[in-house]
Amino acid sequence: MSGSFVADSPQVSSFPTRDRGIGYWRNLDWLLLISAATLTFFGSVLVWSASRADLASESDPQSYLKRHLINIAIALVLGYLASRLNYRWLRAYTPVLYGASLVLLLMPFVPGLGTTIAGARAWISLPGGFTIQPSEFAKIAVILMIAALLSERRDVEEEPTSRDILWSIVAGAAPIAIILVQNDTGTVLVMGAIVLSLIAISGAPTKWVIGMIGGAVISIMLAIQLGLLKEYQVQRLTSFINPGDDLGSAAYNANQARIAIGGGGIQGYGLFAGPQTQGKFVPVNESDFIFTVVGEELGFVGAALLIVLLAIILWRAAMIAWRADDMYGRLVASGVLAWFAFQSFENIGMTLGIMPITGIPLPFVSAGGTSMMTTWIAIGLLQTVRLHAASDSRI
Amino acid sequence: MSERSNLRLLVLGVLVISLLGTMLARLFYLQVLEGSEYRAAAVNNTVREVVEPAVRGLVVDQAGRPLISNRTSLVVTVDRQALQREEDKGEAVIARLAKILDLPQENIADRLMTCGSEGAKPPPVCWNGSPYQPIPIASDVEAQTALTIMEKRSDFTGVNAKLSAIREYPAPFNVNAAHILGYLGPVTEDQLAQQAGSEAWDRLRRTDVVGRSGVEDSYDAQLRGKPGVTTLAVDTAGRVTGTLEEKAPQSGDYLVSSIDAHLQSVVEKELVAAVQRAQRQGYAGDSAAAVVLDVRNGNVLAMASYPTYDPNIWVGGVTQKQFKSLMESDSLSSNAIQGLFAPGSTYKVVSTAAAGREGYTLYGDYNCPNKIKLGTQTFRNYESAGYGRISLARALEVSCNTVFYGIANRMWERAGGNDANRSASDPIAEAATLFGFGARTGIDLPGESRGRVSGREFKATNWEAQKDTWCKNAIEGYPETRKTDTKLADYFTALDKENCADGFRWREGDALNAAIGQGDTIVTPLQMAVAYAAIANGGTVYQPRVIKAIVDSEGRTVEKFEPVINSQLDVPRSTINFLRESLPRVTTDGSGETPFAEFPLDQIPVASKTGSAQVTGDKVSTSWFASYAPANKPRYAVVMMVTQGGTGSKTSGPGVRKIYEALFGVKGGSVNPEQSVLVDGVPSKKLPTIRPDGTPVMPSGAQSGFPEEREAGS
Repeated sequence: MSGSFVADSPQVSSFPTRDRGIGYWRNLDWLLLISAATLTFFGSVLVWSASRADLASESDPQSYLKRHLINIAIALVLGYLASRLNYRWLRAYTPVLYGASLVLLLMPFVPGLGTTIAGARAWISLPGGFTIQPSEFAKIAVILMIAALLSERRDVEEEPTSRDILWSIVAGAAPIAIILVQNDTGTVLVMGAIVLSLIAISGAPTKWVIGMIGGAVISIMLAIQLGLLKEYQVQRLTSFINPGDDLGSAAYNANQARIAIGGGGIQGYGLFAGPQTQGKFVPVNESDFIFTVVGEELGFVGAALLIVLLAIILWRAAMIAWRADDMYGRLVASGVLAWFAFQSFENIGMTLGIMPITGIPLPFVSAGGTSMMTTWIAIGLLQTVRLHAASDSRI
Repeated sequence: MSERSNLRLLVLGVLVISLLGTMLARLFYLQVLEGSEYRAAAVNNTVREVVEPAVRGLVVDQAGRPLISNRTSLVVTVDRQALQREEDKGEAVIARLAKILDLPQENIADRLMTCGSEGAKPPPVCWNGSPYQPIPIASDVEAQTALTIMEKRSDFTGVNAKLSAIREYPAPFNVNAAHILGYLGPVTEDQLAQQAGSEAWDRLRRTDVVGRSGVEDSYDAQLRGKPGVTTLAVDTAGRVTGTLEEKAPQSGDYLVSSIDAHLQSVVEKELVAAVQRAQRQGYAGDSAAAVVLDVRNGNVLAMASYPTYDPNIWVGGVTQKQFKSLMESDSLSSNAIQGLFAPGSTYKVVSTAAAGREGYTLYGDYNCPNKIKLGTQTFRNYESAGYGRISLARALEVSCNTVFYGIANRMWERAGGNDANRSASDPIAEAATLFGFGARTGIDLPGESRGRVSGREFKATNWEAQKDTWCKNAIEGYPETRKTDTKLADYFTALDKENCADGFRWREGDALNAAIGQGDTIVTPLQMAVAYAAIANGGTVYQPRVIKAIVDSEGRTVEKFEPVINSQLDVPRSTINFLRESLPRVTTDGSGETPFAEFPLDQIPVASKTGSAQVTGDKVSTSWFASYAPANKPRYAVVMMVTQGGTGSKTSGPGVRKIYEALFGVKGGSVNPEQSVLVDGVPSKKLPTIRPDGTPVMPSGAQSGFPEEREAGS
């Protein structure tokens, strides 16, 4: 299947570094790029709408939007650089990146550096009011690390050894454990889904996959039973089941989010005109609850368009994974696919009342510099995998 | 790559597609299928109403004197929710408040209890409104006290002092009229539930007060006006982000009563005097009522009930002690429209009408023995007087029972006696129904009683309702009573046995009693006045009313109520004429003569009928005096009654005379219409004028009913 993608071309030089300049632009997945860019632009309009109400009384109500646009610019540059990365170089330096990300993950615990937002001590504060969320970088590090571990020392037709799988689990479990301590439940769930998807797609024996799913379910139940999760975390996780029960903050948020989205109807109230959005009834609607803004102000038409854009991105990621010419490339692309898919579903699902409330951003759309940057780095990685497959096929 | 990897990637792909599908489906459900519901919820969330209550309309008498007006008062309210958040549940605050307001602490605590909660006092002491609504606990608070409360906010958490409009009873001529005017109370849960779901800006709100009795209740919608409502858009912190709608308050409409305050005060005074007359004779005189009707349109010119209460008691809330005494004295209900009493001989006009309808000769002679024996029972005349053969007119004059017994007996036998079925003719009951007895008159006041007309139909219906109890008791034989008193138990058992077996039967004794207004017939004084007014005006039964018009706060007429005719008496013209000829002679030559001694009857002939209704037990009779005048050109019907009051002539008659003196301006033996309590000698045809500032124009000088200095101020 890998050979069927691009026909052999005799004019192309066998020296990859030289033809990259021409092949790069031609072989980029433009549909992926355009969809991601459109979604990012779409998101910044929503962030604008959500933040202008909060800042209405301040000197520059657009300041939040401006910062968001700066973040996007940085993210686009990082994404471009990622797409230019040398595949082999990337593999070689993966352990370094992974180690660095673990160190970064521990930094929020350093007094004076860490910041707690919404109960999660998952941010590093930087001068100038900027913050970094290391767990976002950890997602990329884990994808690259596990992809490297599971594609090393073997032929593509072989299944990974138990030793590789165990190491992969360890590689995934280490950041998950730290993030769990940081109280960032949502990210833990997404990371778990990424690790599980990577091991499954590596071709690991079915018993491992089933065992891991079982293990995940049991550990979630144990966490709740043994009181490892704090009261508010459990409440957040379960409030979506009975939103009317109590109007504590979690259920209140879920309820307000649903009123906003439901009230949007088919066409929405119009941009900047959503009463729930502009009245600040929905919390953190520039980031975690951003989907309520599109739901309320642009209605079903706008919200469905957003989901369709996401679907295109996911479809392109799946196709890149499918056509990757080696296991490493496939796993990197699959990891990004699983990440985007589960995080989007969790984020949108919680605003729709079908998933528990957790504090994770919607890729491309939510405000939040770190998320935006890592999302675009992931787009760059997808392009790298595709470019590698394309160039390889010409050798 | 391995097949397994491909398969797994496919599975992930399918999973992702299903996640996307789930989101779209859920989105469609929330936004397209249930969107309108959520839209409504969003409106609730973001819209706040600021309500400015409307000024409640005034009630003025027929001459324009205010009977109910408004004044501002400093009212202290307590927010229970705020108290509950205190560590000691607000006890310290209540204690401080009790001290500064000089009220007992438990008094405040009682007022803060929600009605129906454990240990709560009965309404109106307990709080009948919403627990989220500040509860008023004192009105007319000194400005200094209010200032202290507002300055020491931390000492008085949840306590507020603000100016609010409250009802005032100016009481021209010291008039009371409590039962006509009524009072206000907080809106009830029932009333709120009735308009559930209403989003109208002029709907009832939890903070509203509504009329609970009297015209305050029956004309609540007109008096209330429409509140000023400003609809604001707010954000989650409650900050105002814009004004969506503004509606200015609209003052409530004014009611123009047909009551004349001056006449009302005379009637109230005379009613108390009648009660005192009864008590001087050694009788209890425990309740009384008087009604003055305009026979030409059914307007109530005055209506009084004894005992009464001070309407000011409701303003700012009633205390437990006050409420207890109100309940014990039984002064809350109006005896004029709610009290039910045996009519006694005043009912003989009904029997006469029945006789006329049945074709009995009205001008023939009837036998008036001093008693009639019926089996073991003896039916007597008052004080066992016998008059021999007399005319029917004379029978009315001297109130001869036995003449009417004779008539009733003949009617009863003609209908089939003991064996008549329930639909057999029952002329007296029929005539009573024509006069409006046994049905509400439809007066524009709440809570009117229906009364009861005894007759064949009533007996049968009553038996159907009671027979199970009677028969059960007859079989059981009163085992409880038997333990202590065998004889009494035997008597009860025998009674119930008889009732069980043929309690449905309209017996001869029943028929005889019914003819003279005894037995099971009970009426309200207002029904009696309506019946006599119908005789006076030649046969029109009017629906009585106390409000004759509604004007707005600028004096424009909103609605002028035309007289409503309930029915035309289906009684032969000759019979009505007979009554109109005979009743004046009761005053000149019969049982009404004494109270009207030296009254200028030649100028103002008065038609009247006395009644001294027997009541069960060892109570003394109910004194009735029903009348209308001038008999030759009827204008007013006046009825007065006193329970346990003795005879109609001795107790009520003199009161009725005084009322006529006031109406016609009688001084000694002369008549001077200028001396009438009514400003122009008659009820005003015009509606009072309302000044631009909303105050009504009232008669000047002594006719205003207010002391000089007050008049100058208003």
